[in-house]
Amino acid sequence: MVRDQVADFSVEYVQALDEEGDLDAAQAPDVDDDQLVEMYRLMRLSRRADERAIALQRRGESGTYAPAIGQEAAQVGSAIAMTPDEWMVPSFRESAAFLTRGAPFHRLLWYAMGMEEGAEVADANFPPAIPVGTQPLHAAGIGWGHEIAGERKAALTYFGDGATSEGDVYEAMNVSGALDAHAVFFCQNNQWAISTPRETQTRAETLAQKAVAAGIEGVQVDGNDVLGVLSVARDALESAREGDPVFVEALTFRRSMHTTSDDPSVYRTEEQESEWETRDPIVRFEAYLRNEGLLDDDRVDRITDEIEELLADEIDRAKAGREQVVPAEMFDHVFAETPPELQRQRETFEREQGDGEVASAEEGMSGEERAAGGEVSGRGDVREERETSEDEEVSGRGE
Amino acid sequence: MANELRLVEAIRQALREEMARDESVVVYGEDVGVSGGVFRATQELQDEFPEQVYDAPLAEAAILGMGVGLGATGFTPVPEIQFASFAYQGFHQLVQHASRMRSRTRGTLGVPMTVRMPYGGGIRALELHSESFEAGFAHVPGLKTVVPSNPSDAKGLLTAAIRDPDPVMFLESTSRYRAARESVPEGEHTVPLGEAEVVREGADVTVVAWGAMLHEAMSAVEDAEADAEVVDLRTISPMDSATILESVRKTGRCVVVHEAPRTGGLAAEITARINDDALYHLEAPVERVTGYDVPFPMFAREEAYRPDEERIRRGIERALSA
Repeated sequence: MVRDQVADFSVEYVQALDEEGDLDAAQAPDVDDDQLVEMYRLMRLSRRADERAIALQRRGESGTYAPAIGQEAAQVGSAIAMTPDEWMVPSFRESAAFLTRGAPFHRLLWYAMGMEEGAEVADANFPPAIPVGTQPLHAAGIGWGHEIAGERKAALTYFGDGATSEGDVYEAMNVSGALDAHAVFFCQNNQWAISTPRETQTRAETLAQKAVAAGIEGVQVDGNDVLGVLSVARDALESAREGDPVFVEALTFRRSMHTTSDDPSVYRTEEQESEWETRDPIVRFEAYLRNEGLLDDDRVDRITDEIEELLADEIDRAKAGREQVVPAEMFDHVFAETPPELQRQRETFEREQGDGEVASAEEGMSGEERAAGGEVSGRGDVREERETSEDEEVSGRGE
Repeated sequence: MANELRLVEAIRQALREEMARDESVVVYGEDVGVSGGVFRATQELQDEFPEQVYDAPLAEAAILGMGVGLGATGFTPVPEIQFASFAYQGFHQLVQHASRMRSRTRGTLGVPMTVRMPYGGGIRALELHSESFEAGFAHVPGLKTVVPSNPSDAKGLLTAAIRDPDPVMFLESTSRYRAARESVPEGEHTVPLGEAEVVREGADVTVVAWGAMLHEAMSAVEDAEADAEVVDLRTISPMDSATILESVRKTGRCVVVHEAPRTGGLAAEITARINDDALYHLEAPVERVTGYDVPFPMFAREEAYRPDEERIRRGIERALSA
């Protein structure tokens, strides 16, 4: 039986900076020297910030944290391509992207410390989305809004390889294509959805081709090559600003754990890890910048010192903020205006917290309210203190 | 000034007036544009407001999830879910994002979305087109849930919902869409969210209902021996306990009617609130007249499932005889 071929597709792959730090000028974006060094600083800042956050968690000073170690190029290169007023719609592993967009580190720590204060939106950043793969629809909505309003802007959303198995990610790409939403879908294929490897996630040869069914462009980029990522992200954003959404698959590797609760040694070999160590985004970029004469030992040391100083200040600020947590604020902002029943629950809570005594029915209190609230301590983190030094080297493995 | 409108026409009028008032209002959903919606609630609105009325791809999660993005960044999304029972395919967007965006960002972002959903039985629809899930929405902190029972309230409540800065589930009883023409105020008309209405005063027993069931309750009390007071809850969540409690303190007896399944239904919550604050005014246990804890039957059996005049009357009699 002869069958006609009615569709054909291919997926392009982009790399500007190879693993030795050699540049393919044809793929390189136009970036000035100061920006290059700034991108390096941001990658170093992000790496070190994640290490400090892991150490804080290990000491019991913070809760679960999802480090982006190994993914700095994918995040810095894409986030820096956005304009400051373009919305970023992140997942929960976007510390490098947040830092690139100017979010202070103490805010990321507050989030890890269990404080909503960390999800207060600064500038055009959505808060981290904890459910996997739901947030690309928000970018589709924002991007559709830009189309409706005739704005030359785009929203960029981050998600991982695992998220591409979720229905919402397909829906987001599909509706964006159908409605000309100004959206960039930036998938960081870091090879692991907790312990599930990329091969188990899907039989598709590339994740980028998932865009094909939605009728939008899909492209792969070496996600450990910050210049290739910047180049692809700029193109994708330009296309999206015109109403043509793009799906970018950045091939990278999660060098550390899924979160601080995870132990990758259970499912990952040291060979796999050392193989990707040679492709580390920072090592490669630093080699390039040294070759170009933009970095030398002195400048690298200076950047290191600045980062240490900055992070120390931010950690102090995070800890100070944690001491200011007011439990009753959980009642704030559920609605723009607090409804009577909620106001009543709040007053009951405050009364019970205030004097530790149980109020009586005569005071207008319900049995349910009387039963509730007594156990609230007001301080979220009661982890056992450990003797690990905060400056202890973090291996990237779980304990 | 007032005109005589059916409920579906009152809804269309509210949408038209709000889109004219505020260009950030965007109406979208499956088939709402060219064909005007499966119940014709949005008929001809796309012609009038081509920049504000859109047909959306068939994807409930996308319709609700895009509303989160639109709403948080300056639009006032008014999506339609074709039948409320299909909101389950986007329920996670309501629970995980729309309802908690304001709280988790400590007020820096909100989702002023009004989700319109035809709901409830009584129109011999297909399987899974007739469910009443108001208790599910009411259980999610951060969502408001509204059910109008008449055209005037439909216009006033929908207008208020669209202007509300928080996400509102706006449930429209399918059996009421074309049931009757009633007087609806022309022009600006809002009914505040969170306020119940005493639609019939009485001294012997309080009957609480909403949406289509309000009409069954009204019919039932007309024939009942007792002098019943009827409260139209109108907003399911946040609930106006005060109006219910005031009525129950007066009558000493209460019957709550809803079409949704009994277990975990709103009647249970209303009963609990009465127990909390008006127990000693009660002269009889609170009666519940509800749907059963079964999947909403296909239409050969739907009349057996839905509370009707007779069941409500028996409920009132039980409350009176205790």
